[in-house]
Amino acid sequence: MKLIAAMSGGVDSAVAAARAVEAGHEVIGVHLALSANPQKYRSGARGCCTIEDSHDARRAADVIGIPFYIWDMAEEFHDGVVEDFLAEYAQGRTPNPCLRCNEKIKFAAVLDRARAMGFDGVVTGHYARTEITPEGKTLHRAIDISKDQSYVLSVLTVEQIAGAIFPLGDTTKVDIRKEAAERGLAVAEKPDSHDICFVPSGDNAGWLRDRLGSETGPIVDQSGTKIGEHKGAYTYTIGQRKGLGLTVPTIDGSPRFVLKIEPVSNTVVVGSREELAITSMKGERPVWCGVAVTSTPTRGFVQIRAHGQALPCTYFFDGTNLHAQLDEALLGLATGQAMVIYDGDRVVGSATICETN
Amino acid sequence: MSSIYLDHAATTPMLDCAIDAMTTALSKLGNPSSLHTPGRSVRKDIEEAREVIGREVGSLASEIIFTGSGTEANNIALKGLFWKRRTEGRNVVLISAIEHHAIIDPAQWLATHEKAEVVEIPVTNDGVIDCAFVEEFLAKRADEVALIAVMHSNNETGVLQPISELVNLAGDIPVHCDAVQSFGKVPLSFSELGLTSLTLSAHKIGGPLGIGALVLKRGIEIPALLHGGGQEREIRSGTLNTPSIVAFATAIASHQYLSDAVTKLRDYFISSVHALLPDAILNGAKSARLPGIVNFTFPGTQSDTLLLLMDSANVSCSTGSACSAGVHEASHVLLAMGHTEKTAQSSLRFSLGASTTQSDIDYVLSVLPDVIARGRAANLS
Repeated sequence: MKLIAAMSGGVDSAVAAARAVEAGHEVIGVHLALSANPQKYRSGARGCCTIEDSHDARRAADVIGIPFYIWDMAEEFHDGVVEDFLAEYAQGRTPNPCLRCNEKIKFAAVLDRARAMGFDGVVTGHYARTEITPEGKTLHRAIDISKDQSYVLSVLTVEQIAGAIFPLGDTTKVDIRKEAAERGLAVAEKPDSHDICFVPSGDNAGWLRDRLGSETGPIVDQSGTKIGEHKGAYTYTIGQRKGLGLTVPTIDGSPRFVLKIEPVSNTVVVGSREELAITSMKGERPVWCGVAVTSTPTRGFVQIRAHGQALPCTYFFDGTNLHAQLDEALLGLATGQAMVIYDGDRVVGSATICETN
Repeated sequence: MSSIYLDHAATTPMLDCAIDAMTTALSKLGNPSSLHTPGRSVRKDIEEAREVIGREVGSLASEIIFTGSGTEANNIALKGLFWKRRTEGRNVVLISAIEHHAIIDPAQWLATHEKAEVVEIPVTNDGVIDCAFVEEFLAKRADEVALIAVMHSNNETGVLQPISELVNLAGDIPVHCDAVQSFGKVPLSFSELGLTSLTLSAHKIGGPLGIGALVLKRGIEIPALLHGGGQEREIRSGTLNTPSIVAFATAIASHQYLSDAVTKLRDYFISSVHALLPDAILNGAKSARLPGIVNFTFPGTQSDTLLLLMDSANVSCSTGSACSAGVHEASHVLLAMGHTEKTAQSSLRFSLGASTTQSDIDYVLSVLPDVIARGRAANLS
C-alpha cells in the first residue's frame, strides 16, 4: 500500500513508520505542524509541535530512508481542536482534545488529503490494534494495556479505521524503545509527551483563565447556599476535593467535592461523596467503530477516561443517544468526556457524555 | 529514474570544470596572506579569479570582496552602508517589497536595533517595482535616505527590475543590488548600472556552495561586520577560501549557461502548461523575466501538496516561499503582487538551468496535469 506516516518527532511514530516500511509498504513521512507559532525548543516532555520535534521527525525519516514533508495543519487544528476545547470548557464540560485531534485532524484532514493524493491510508504510532473480521476491520486495545490508546481512537468511523494502520499495537512501550535504539533512531530515549500539546506551560487552568476569563463566583452546596468563592470556574474539576478554600464546614466535618460546574451562572457546586456517585450516563453524537449499537440492552464495558478502568455495564442506543448503566456506582464523572464502549478488547463505539445520574 | 531538477534558482549542479578546478586547488598548500612561495602562489590564484569575476560582472577586480555567501554580502552592504550614512543623519532604508530575506531581514534588524526606518517600495501586479513611488518618496525625503536596495531580478518570479532607472532616481544615494539570480544569466554590468554595491553567489551559477562576493565601488569604505585579519579591504576578515574562489571564477568564465536556449525551453514549458491547464496563471507574465524562472499559480491547490506529489513523481521544484519550521507560508513576493494568501499558497516555481533538456520539460508536462488534479482533490478534502 501507499501510506502516509504521521511523524510527531517522538519514538512511537518513528518506529511505526519504520515497521510500515519493513512490512513492504511505500511510506512517506509527514510531520503535522499544528501550531502557527511553534516554539523553538521543547520544555520538558510537553508539546508536540515544536521546531525541535519537526527536526527529530525529519531525522527519523532520514534514518528510515523515506521522503519527509511538513504539512501545515495549524488552521485545522486551531478550529477543530483548540476552539472546541475552549467551547467545551466554556460550557462547563471537560473535553479530551487528543480524541478530537484524532477525529478531526489525523484521521480526517490528513487521511482525506492522503486519499485524495492517491495514498491508501495513514500510519500512526498509536498503541492500538486492528483486526480483519467477517464484519470488517475492527479496532482493539493494544497488548500493552498501560499504553493502550484505543480510548482516544474510539471516535473513528468504520471508514476511517479502514484507512488507519497501527503497527505498534502488538508490542509494549519498553520493547518499542529498545527497537528504536536497535534501528538507530535518535528519538529512542526521548521522553513521552503528555498533557495537552497546545498548553506548553502545562498550566491548564491558567491557560483557560487567560482565554475564558477568571471572574470570581460563588461556590454553593446542593441547596444553593453559598459557602465560598472561586477564582474562575475553569480551575475546578468534577470530584475535586482539595483547594476549594471553603469557609463553612459540613456539620459532621465530612469532606466536600466538586459536583458540578455551571458556566452560565459562574457557579461551582459542591457536595458529599455520596452525591458525587453516578450509576448511569448518556452520551450524544455517537460514533460506531464497527457494527452499530442497537436498542437491545447489551452487556459490555464502558471507559470514561483515557487511562481509566473498563467498568462493567449494560449499554444501548435509543436512536439519538448512547446509554450505559453501570453495575457499580462511580465517583465523579464530568460531562464532555467520552464514554467508550468495549466488547472485551474490541472498541464498539463512543459518544460524548452529556448527562449523568 | 533520477530526478528531474527544476529548482536551479535554489542551487545549481556544480559544473565539471568547477569541480576540477576546486579539486586541484584543494590539494594546493598555502594561506594567501602568507608571504612565502606557497602563500604567494595561492594568492596569485585568488587574484586571477578576482580579475575573472570582475570582468564578468563589469567591475574592477579590486571592487570584488569575497564572502562566505550572498547573504553575508547583503548583510555587509546593508549594515555597512547604513552605519556609514547614518553618521550623516540619514536613517531610512528603502527596499523593495519583494526582496529576498537576505535583504529584508538585515533591514528589519537595522530597524529593531539601530533605529532605522525601513520603507518598502511597492510592486505592480506584474512584479516590477513602482519607480513613481521612489520618485515621489525621494522628492520629499531624499535627505533622510541612507541607502536603497533592490534586487536585479526576483528569485521567485524571475521578474527583472529597472535598476538603471532606479540608480538615476537615487542620485547621490547609494544603491545596493542583490544580483545572485541574474549573474551569468542576463547582461549585468556593475559599472554601467552605476551601483554602489552588488551581491553575487557562486552556487547559483554552477560554482560551489559557501562562496559569494560583494562588489563594492572603489573608494567606498564601510564598517566591517567581521573583524580579524582584514583580508578583504578591511571590510571582510577571514582566511580566503582559495578552492571555492577558484571554482567560482572557473564556473562563471565557462559560459555554459546559454540564455537563448534556456529561454526557448522556458517558453515551450509555459505555452504547454497553458495548453494543458488553461486556468494556470503565470506570475509576472507581462514583465521581462530571467530565462530560467517560471512561477505558476494553480487555482484550487495547495503548494505543499503539489510539491509532495511532484517529488513523488521525481520532479524537484519549489514553492518559492519562505519556510519557518518547514511550514510553507504565503510568499511575500506574490502577496506584494496582489495575490491573496490562498492564491499565493497555490503557486509553484520551476527554475530551469544550463543542464535542463527538452526531455526534462516533456517529462514534467507528462506528470503535471495528474499532480494538479490530485492536488485539487486533496485541497477539497
